[in-house]
Amino acid sequence: MAGLGGRMSTVIKAKINRMLDKAEDPSETLEYSYAKQMELLQNVKKGVADVVTAKKRLQLQQQKLEQQVVKLDTQARQALAAGREDLARTALERKQFAQTELQSLDQQVAELEAQQQQLIDKEQKLRSKLEQFRTKKEVIKAQYSAAEAQVKISEAATGVGEEMADVGLAMQRAIDKTEGMRARANAMDELEAAGAFDDNLSLTQGQDDIDRQLSQLTSSTAVDDDLEKLRRELGQGAGTTAPALEEGTPTQQPQEGQR
Amino acid sequence: MIVRIATEDQYRLPDEDAKRLNELDNQAVAAVDAGDEARFHAVFDEMLTLVRRDGHKLADDELEESDVILPPPDLSFDEARHEFTGDGLIPD
Repeated sequence: MAGLGGRMSTVIKAKINRMLDKAEDPSETLEYSYAKQMELLQNVKKGVADVVTAKKRLQLQQQKLEQQVVKLDTQARQALAAGREDLARTALERKQFAQTELQSLDQQVAELEAQQQQLIDKEQKLRSKLEQFRTKKEVIKAQYSAAEAQVKISEAATGVGEEMADVGLAMQRAIDKTEGMRARANAMDELEAAGAFDDNLSLTQGQDDIDRQLSQLTSSTAVDDDLEKLRRELGQGAGTTAPALEEGTPTQQPQEGQR
Repeated sequence: MIVRIATEDQYRLPDEDAKRLNELDNQAVAAVDAGDEARFHAVFDEMLTLVRRDGHKLADDELEESDVILPPPDLSFDEARHEFTGDGLIPD
């Protein structure tokens, strides 16, 4: 149906009606509705569980990214303190990227939360409509002639059926969305496992380059410190190490050592 | 007139709104047909706003068939397009 002539609402209504699968006999409709309802409610429960799982997974990724942001921030500080502005810039660029990713994750988590709430609401509404239907049916039977009652019950059944079809549709959409996000989460996990996630974040080369360069800086400082310590322990050149700590006049140190 | 916003709620609207709703519906389809995504979203949003503003939600004890069913509010342009080219939102 190339609906160019049709209306959006007409197409949707036709489809919903097709999902309804109306039964002829109202009492059968009720039985049918009941079986269908149980099945649907089970599905909705499972759907909600799926949404929660997907949400937890995204939240885990959020945590990882948050750690990444903290780490990159620390790296940037370290690099800048070591006078490596270029490294600091790279780290900050990556931090920016990670933050953008985080925002998109926030949005997805919020979307899943809305989806979860919607399903719970829909389930509640369907339960209550079905309850109403059961009560109403008896009232109608008592108030109207058999023929009239049949029509009225049938109408009410249609209303309930439409609600069921709508819950079914809400379920379907929740599943589709969750699957889309799950696929994305899977892809992110795989990338991360393959070490490509960090590359992705880095925008330039491998993630470890900042680490490597920073650790080179730190380790050369650490080696210097260790050397000093050793010298001190060995009582070697008391003047060589001590000044920085004891005399607080490092400028004198090389002079003393030279003497 | 009873209008359902799919995946959301049913609303009771004054019959006068039917004309406006139909106009907008035609515009939405035209926008899809023209591939105009921004226009489609604008028109669809207007439809939703109209229903939510003028309509009263049906109570849980009202078991009514809808006269009009609007697509889910989060309908994407892509979905709308598919909707009118055969395999849509709800598989046949």
